Amino acid sequence: MSTASNSYWRKNLQYVATLLAIWFAVSYGCGILLADWLDQYHLGGFKLGFWFAQQGSIYVFVILIAVYVKLMNRLDRSYDLSDEEAE
Amino acid sequence: MNVTAWTFIMVGTSFALYIGVAIWSRARSTGEFYVAGGKVPSIVNGMATAADWMSAASFISMAGLISFMGRDGSVYLMGWTGGYVLLALLLAPYLRKFGKYTVPDFVGDRYYSQTARVVAVICAIFISFTYVAGQMRGVGIVFSRFLDVHINVGVAIGMGIVFFYAVLGGMKGITYTQVAQYCVLIFAYLVPAIFISMIVTGHVIPQIGFGSTLADGSGVYLLERLDGLSRELGFEAYTSGGKNTLDVFFITAALMIGTAGLPHVIVRFYTVPNVAAARSSAGWALLFIAILYTTAPAVAAFARTNLIETVMDRPYDDVPEWFTRWEETGLIRFDDRNGNGIIEYRGPASEVENELTIDRDIIVLANPEIAHLPGWVIGLVAAGGLAAALSTAAGLLLVISTSVAHDLLKKALRPSISERGELIAARVAAGAAVVVAGYFGINPPGFVAQVVAFAFGLAAASFFPAIVLGIFSTRMNKYGAIAGMVVGIVFTASYIVYFKFMHPELNVEAHWLWGISPEGIGTLGMVLNFVVSITVSAMTPAPPESVQRLVEWIRIPKGAGEAHEVSL
Repeated sequence: MSTASNSYWRKNLQYVATLLAIWFAVSYGCGILLADWLDQYHLGGFKLGFWFAQQGSIYVFVILIAVYVKLMNRLDRSYDLSDEEAE
Repeated sequence: MNVTAWTFIMVGTSFALYIGVAIWSRARSTGEFYVAGGKVPSIVNGMATAADWMSAASFISMAGLISFMGRDGSVYLMGWTGGYVLLALLLAPYLRKFGKYTVPDFVGDRYYSQTARVVAVICAIFISFTYVAGQMRGVGIVFSRFLDVHINVGVAIGMGIVFFYAVLGGMKGITYTQVAQYCVLIFAYLVPAIFISMIVTGHVIPQIGFGSTLADGSGVYLLERLDGLSRELGFEAYTSGGKNTLDVFFITAALMIGTAGLPHVIVRFYTVPNVAAARSSAGWALLFIAILYTTAPAVAAFARTNLIETVMDRPYDDVPEWFTRWEETGLIRFDDRNGNGIIEYRGPASEVENELTIDRDIIVLANPEIAHLPGWVIGLVAAGGLAAALSTAAGLLLVISTSVAHDLLKKALRPSISERGELIAARVAAGAAVVVAGYFGINPPGFVAQVVAFAFGLAAASFFPAIVLGIFSTRMNKYGAIAGMVVGIVFTASYIVYFKFMHPELNVEAHWLWGISPEGIGTLGMVLNFVVSITVSAMTPAPPESVQRLVEWIRIPKGAGEAHEVSL
């Protein structure tokens, strides 16, 4: 593997690790492990832990993929590895 | 116009639409049959993936499940959406770059082993068949409940429709019909949800109404009222969970990882033109799924409140019309134990005996009637349920036919087969699979419903580690992968079989390993798979140079286009 593709891959792993840490924190963290504790706070009529479990985690999942797509498209372009037509 | 007439119109129109789309987009080559020629735009693929994924269970049963489980129902919401993050970040881009047609193709090539390929084919066919039987049953149920057609006739009609577009159209036909089906099903889900949200809370958007005050002017939050009603009747408060936290954790993980390992979902990412499109179509797919999945818990809460307030301590002579109508189908049963003529609906903690049994499916199916919505909305729900069942069934049938024609026939048994021959074999296999699925829909073996839930655990414990390690480790060899898959699936399957089939009487928390239920055990199986794979691989020779180069090649997004063409 060349040095350029090595550093591309390391960068990719960094992004994935960071995003998966957030993924874990909102679903398993806020939605399950910390849910009972978070329930003392309220978001409108929702208890906060309940909201994360039934609504919030899903919104965050969608945002995580959107961020990943943006980051990776930029990374692909900066290493000239994109298959897309130049935009 | 009455409800049945509306239902015929809605269902008939949607079926005509699917057939029209299928004729317009039928497949002419194996490439088009297996992966729609690899030219599907990412937003279109996202929509098709959403329809592929959301089955009769998501559409008909999920809101009901949550309605009766309250907070514990969150495992399905997070479990069936969170998997897409794993899919987008860990699997889809690399499998697309790899560019062959199926999951067994990847496993077979990456682990340079015909054994690994055949094991993967068997897993894929097994998972797909258990699933598809459930979908056909769903079609039959919708027909029989809404149109007074016998359940077997319903299944036969569903088989006919799926046969038509899956066999003729292959992946290309399925993709564009799934887009149409997504539109039908999401419209059918949102319309009643919006109506009910407005009736109960005065908000148009159900996700907001869910956390708002009631429209009756009392200033009480919906969820507060629901917690109160639940406790009053002797149930757990709606927003607090009853399951143990570790088990919730394991079940959620098994569902998430299982989702990422399901062959009919993974195969959809082969249909887009390049790696960037594979990533973004996973995002679109989750967005389209999230629209339904964030609405479902709101519907669950509205419907539960509505239902309790309608039936609670009401004299039986005074019940609304829908109650009697659904009593006839057996979905709701009243047994006046104390003979006072009053419906006493009670939870386990109540001193009064419960007299009402409610099937969870009623939450979506009868909700429009409970909330007094017009007849066309009820017809729309029937069309939506059918769209959800048919789109998933078609995707699964394609996996089965591809597995048979491509992975078994072309790659293992008769490599010399022509493209024309392979295409005919794929169509014959799809046709045969429709018939077998229909048979199971009409005569459902008792184990289907149970096995579907466990397909996730099995997928998590077998496919997922093999694919992830195959991409993220160049060192992983075939010994490690095969040992890991075998240990993962044997451990998970034995645990499930032991508690569900051999000793169902022991299937309680006290006997479970660390309090993990059979539904969640796939997560532990997956951990075992990872550990065994890595250990065995470290003690055995590294994979050949060519395989290590293949792994480095799939990590680089550029140059995915060509790999798709069929080599004749």
